[in-house]
Formats: sequence, C-alpha cells, structure tokens
Amino acid sequence: MDSNYSKFKTVCRILKENSFDKSKLIPILQAVQEEYKYLPKEILVFIALSLNTSPAGVYGVATFFSHFTLKHKGRHIIKICDGIACHVKKSNSLINALKNKLGLKEAEYSTKDVFFTIETVSCLGACGLAPVFLIDEDIYGQMTPDKAVELIDKIME
Amino acid sequence: MIDLDNITRSVKKAGENITKRIVVCAGTGCVAGGSIKVFESFIIVAKELGISVCVELKGGNIGTLLSKSGCQGFCQKGPLVNILPAEILYINVKVDDVKEILEKSIKNNSLIDRLCYSDNGKVCKGQNEIPFYKKQHRVVIKQCGVMDPENIEEYISIGGYRAAEKACAEMTDKEICDVVLAAGLRGRGGGGFPVGKKWNLARNQTASKKYIICNGDEGDPGAFMDRSVMEGNPHGIIEGLVIAAKATGADEGYVYVRTEYALAVKRMKKAVKDASDIKVLGKNIFGSGHNFTLHVMEGAGAFVCGEEIALIASVEGKRGMPLPKPPFPAQSGLWGKPTTINNVETLATIPMIINYGADVFRETGTVSSHGTKTFALTGHVLNTGLIEVPLGSTLRQIIFDISGGVTDGKGSVKDGNFKAVQIGGPSGGCLTEEHLDLSLDFDSLKKVGAMVGSGGLVVMNKSICMVNIAKFFMQFTQNESCGKCVLCREGIKQMLLMLSDITEGKADEDTISLLEELARAVQIGSLCGLGKTAPNPVLSTLKYFRNEYDAHVKEKRCPAGECKSLINYEITDKCIGCTVCAVKCPAKAISGERRQKHKIAIVKCVKCDICIKSCKFNAIEIV
Repeated sequence: MDSNYSKFKTVCRILKENSFDKSKLIPILQAVQEEYKYLPKEILVFIALSLNTSPAGVYGVATFFSHFTLKHKGRHIIKICDGIACHVKKSNSLINALKNKLGLKEAEYSTKDVFFTIETVSCLGACGLAPVFLIDEDIYGQMTPDKAVELIDKIME
Repeated sequence: MIDLDNITRSVKKAGENITKRIVVCAGTGCVAGGSIKVFESFIIVAKELGISVCVELKGGNIGTLLSKSGCQGFCQKGPLVNILPAEILYINVKVDDVKEILEKSIKNNSLIDRLCYSDNGKVCKGQNEIPFYKKQHRVVIKQCGVMDPENIEEYISIGGYRAAEKACAEMTDKEICDVVLAAGLRGRGGGGFPVGKKWNLARNQTASKKYIICNGDEGDPGAFMDRSVMEGNPHGIIEGLVIAAKATGADEGYVYVRTEYALAVKRMKKAVKDASDIKVLGKNIFGSGHNFTLHVMEGAGAFVCGEEIALIASVEGKRGMPLPKPPFPAQSGLWGKPTTINNVETLATIPMIINYGADVFRETGTVSSHGTKTFALTGHVLNTGLIEVPLGSTLRQIIFDISGGVTDGKGSVKDGNFKAVQIGGPSGGCLTEEHLDLSLDFDSLKKVGAMVGSGGLVVMNKSICMVNIAKFFMQFTQNESCGKCVLCREGIKQMLLMLSDITEGKADEDTISLLEELARAVQIGSLCGLGKTAPNPVLSTLKYFRNEYDAHVKEKRCPAGECKSLINYEITDKCIGCTVCAVKCPAKAISGERRQKHKIAIVKCVKCDICIKSCKFNAIEIV
C-alpha cells in the first residue's frame, strides 16, 4: 500500500501541475518518464482515468512517439546517432563494436544486469562531429570503435 | 512600458570599462568537445594570473568579459574561442591552452599561431581570414556565436526587439504582411511557401482566437540549423513570433522544440521567461494594445510532427497524424482556430525585414528565391559545420570554397573524391557532379528532383554506395511513417525490403522496375509531405546512379565496396605479420603467426572495418 501510494503521489503531483488538462498529455507523459525512467502500465491507466479519457488513447500516444518507452531501461543509456551524417561516417561500426563489447545479441538492447541500454536514434543534430553518441547526458563526437570501447571500459570501472 | 533605449544605455554603460571580450562557443558541437571546461578554466586561471575577468556585464566591472555563445558554425574545429575586439578565432582549444591565451592574447595582445586555423600553411587570424567564414554571407546566424544567448539585455543592446516595437506600435497588421510579401520571403522549413501569403490567409480569418506556432521540430537527419538558431539566438525567434502574431492577429503561441535538443529547450524556455519578465511578451506589448503569450512545448520524437497538421495534433495531446487539406491550418488549426506555423529560420529572418525593409532583403538571392539560407554541411568534407549563403549559390562554392573540398576515408582532401551530395534530408534527393554548378534555390532544385528542404547537405565520397543511402532513407521514413495511409505504411516497407534485397544480392532486374513503379505510387497516393517525398531519395539515386543499381542486381557486385553481403576482406602480400589486426578483430576472425602473412576466416568475419582501419601497411583490401 505504501509503495503504491508513493507511486501515485508523484503522478498526482505531475497531473496537478498540468491542471488535469487532457491536451497536456505529452508534457505529462514526459514528466512521468523523467521520474520513472519509463512509462509503467498501471500509471498510464491511472493517467487516463484522471484525465477522463480512454486508456487506449493514452497508450496510443505513448507508443506513437519514439521518446516514450514502456520498458524499463538500463542505468546508463547509450544513444548512438544513426543520422545520415553519422551513417556515412560509419556509425554502424560503432554500433557493432559496442554491442560486441557489451555481449548483446542481434535483438538485445539492454545488458543482463540492466547496467547499459543501447539505442540508435535518428539524429542528435551534432552532425558536424559525426559519428557521435550520447551516454546519458554527455555527448561524444568524432568517435571510433576503439575510443567507444575505451569509454565503456572507463564507465564500467 | 518597456524602454529599449534605456536598457541599451545601461548595457553600454555597464560595459564602459570592459576592454576585451572572450567568447567561448557553447553550441552543442563545442560542448561535446569540452568547451564548458575551457570556459570554467578561464575563470580559474585568470584569477591565478591576476587578470581581471568577469562573467557578467555589471556596472563597475573592468577588464575582460568572458561569455558563452551559441554555435559559431565551425563545428569540426571546436571548441572555438573568439577574442574581441581583436577578432581572433582560436580553434581546438583545450583546457591546457587557457593560460597561454590569457597571458599572450589578453595581457599582451599577441597572436598564438598554433591555435589559429591554418590555410595551407598560412595562419588565419580570425573569421575575416578563414576561407570557411570569408565566403559566407551570415545574416540570420550572424549574432549566433557573438552574443550571449541567455542574456536578453545584450540582445536588446545590439538592436534587438526594435523590429517588434516598430511592428507593434507603428504598423498595422496589413502593413506587416505587405512588407513580408514584398520581400518575397519563402518558408525556410521545406516547401518554400511564401510567408506573406500564409500570414495574409490567417489575417483574413475572422475568429475570436488565433494561434501561431514556431516549428522547431527539426527531425531531418543531417540538419541542425534550427537547433543552432534556437541555441544561439532564441530572442531573434521570439521577436519574429511577436511580429507574426501581430500580423496574423494571434494572441497565443507555441514554440515546438524537439525533445532531443535539450540545450535548445533550456535556452528557449529561459528566453521566453526573460521576455515575459520585461514585458516584451504578455499584455499590451509596447503599449500597442496587442497581447501575446508564448509557451514552449517539447516534442516527443516523431519526424511526421514536422508536418503542420500532425504537429497541431501533438500540441493538442494526440498522436501526430496528418489530415487531408483543406481546411488549411490558417483556416482551422489548433483547437479549430486559425493557426499559422512557421519554421525557426523563417521567424528569425523576420526582424531583419521589418528593420531594413523588403528591398534590402531582396538584394541577395535569385529572382524567385530571395535572401540567404543556412545549410548544415556534413559528411565527407574537410570542414563540416553550419553555413549561411545567399540562395542561388552553387554546390561547388559550398563544397570546395567554403568547406575546403571532399575528403577520402582517411580524412585527406584529394581531387576526384566527390561522388554525390544528398540535399534536403529524407524528403530531398541525391545530386551528382553534373549539378555542382546548379544554382541552389527553391525552384531549380525542384526541377532536378531535389529540394532545399530544411537545408541538410551531406557530401559523400566514392566509398559510399548509393543504393545503401537510398535504403538508409527508406529505413528512416519507414520508422517514421505514422501509418495512416496504406501506400505510405505498406509501400515504403516494401520499397525498403526491395532495397535490402538489392544490397544483399537477392534481387534481379525486375526488382528495380518494380521499385520505381512503387516509388511513383507512394509519391502520388500518400496524404502528407512525409509519404509524398519519401520516394525522392530512391527516385533520384535511380535516376543518377542507375549503373550502381545494375551492378548490384546483374553482377552481384557493390561498386563502392560497402554492401556487406557482396564483399569480402582479403589480406594481401603487404602484410608483415604485425598482429595488430588479429588483436583488434572483435570476431577473432584473423589468425596467423607473428611476422607471417595473416589470414581472415570469412565465415567468422563480421565485416566491421576495424582491421582495415588498424592496419598501418594498407595490407587489407575489400574484394
């Protein structure tokens, strides 16, 4: 009961800050994701009921936009840019090198200990420094597979 | 009421005893290179050396002012440090260089040659001498990289919000629309629709409430102009919005910023707050009776939200899906009210037109496309970055004069490296050598199957496979299609599968003709701009690089040596057995004794290129 209460307390605060306004669904989901790092299912239903709208509608928005995730992500999120500029500068080899390093198979994106999650994103807008990737909030430019692997080693320490 | 002259006077007075200024670039590129650490180190080291450095323009401050700026454009050479008024530009500045800069350039006014850009051995002191800057025509992004984007007073002190004051207090809505129409400004976000016409459409609507939206949802891979303007000159955009709101009769507006652009979101939010605090936004702006409130909304990652109606849907809290037009947003947009949507760069251009008039604006550009355009120059060129040139400039000027030429895999410039340039992102097309002298404007590009789009320019050298590039864009549009129209949803997916087959050597000649047919169908049958333009990269590569498609299907060969299924790696006799490749190979596919020629086990090889890059003897080749 207690943990449930604290779970919904945060959502209630966020809903209140957005004055229970249906049209502010996207900012609401953003704030929720900021808190929980993902969008838990029961919270989505709670939001739908609070905004007097259908859970399907909320789920529809949450799955439409790529920024939202319904799965729990790793402690460190590595966003590898695969925009055109990074792509022509071989961002693929970065993805391969990092997946290799973290022992991730084809369709796996998070390490078993959920320490790292790898994502490819369509463009980070730092094309001048291609290829780039983001680890949490820090951006690293003009990367090579070697440098990327070194960086992961450093974080693992 | 706000008094702009008074603020200007007080800023000037506060700066009376400031003799020099150090501007550290804090655009995304330079921040990635560590410019914030450089900035902080200036404060610490100056203290140690006893040099008077302040970070805020306040009365009584003397000596040197240290400030951050938005993107200065020369991203590849970052972190950049600009020293004013001497106009020295230092590149690749590291924390270790700070002491030397303070001692030599601030204390003794001397130049540190090793930190300057060198043009074939000639030391270039600053922007006036560096070819990258010298050949540009910076108007919209002129202030990015000079002023502090987080300081509204500085923006005012260099003439900011004067156009907004003039538009609100002295001009009627019709007069504003007329000036913009006379200037011939065309929307900088993609299609190039005349801005004056759009505003007039909204202005003529009779409604109790109207909206204006700034579209900062720049989702094009390879484009970062909007990001740079939002980070470097947020008040320029707000000023454009105030004018647009007055012209169209809107009293509420949104700046819709891409969520991936954290710094742009932060700076736009601060700018809106500061502008509201000094009453440039809010009620009765400049005593004109005109009200305008502005909100900043973060997008949530959907390329299709660059499309007007999809964007409106997402502001309303719905999935970003387009609807058939008409009604146009100018007639019925956000919550059914007349809504004007303009791109970031378009809005940032407006104050200039109001300040200097339509004729001055028309002086640059071509007969049908006036003014300047910013381009994000990326890919295989010597100097990547943000540039601004008059519309009508040629690709040759941009690629060879401004950016210094096309590079090969190891980063050096040689003649004959150029293969193609992709312009306008997923909605644009690929152009070849024969288009290098084509005038870059809205109409001439459309004629050759490309478009200015948002202004991404990706230069590619001979190592790039054009089929692969077409596939890359199809992958992107397939991911981003909202799924509403069958042709866009299913058609693009099938196109992607066909392209995959071609790159994997599983296709025949019929695949190409089927691909072409489908591409035309998607172009005709899709509802919004995303689907209508998605086939452009395929059609333009089919047009200009047909021989590459043929090589893939007829000879099962990738001429550029890029498609993994059609290539293999081989170690040649140049190998001296240094073992570096074997150590670096992530798949453990390379074996061999020390000082003996090594071998690659093709079954194990993941074709990651690491061996080729690590070999100092160029002994590994793609066959």
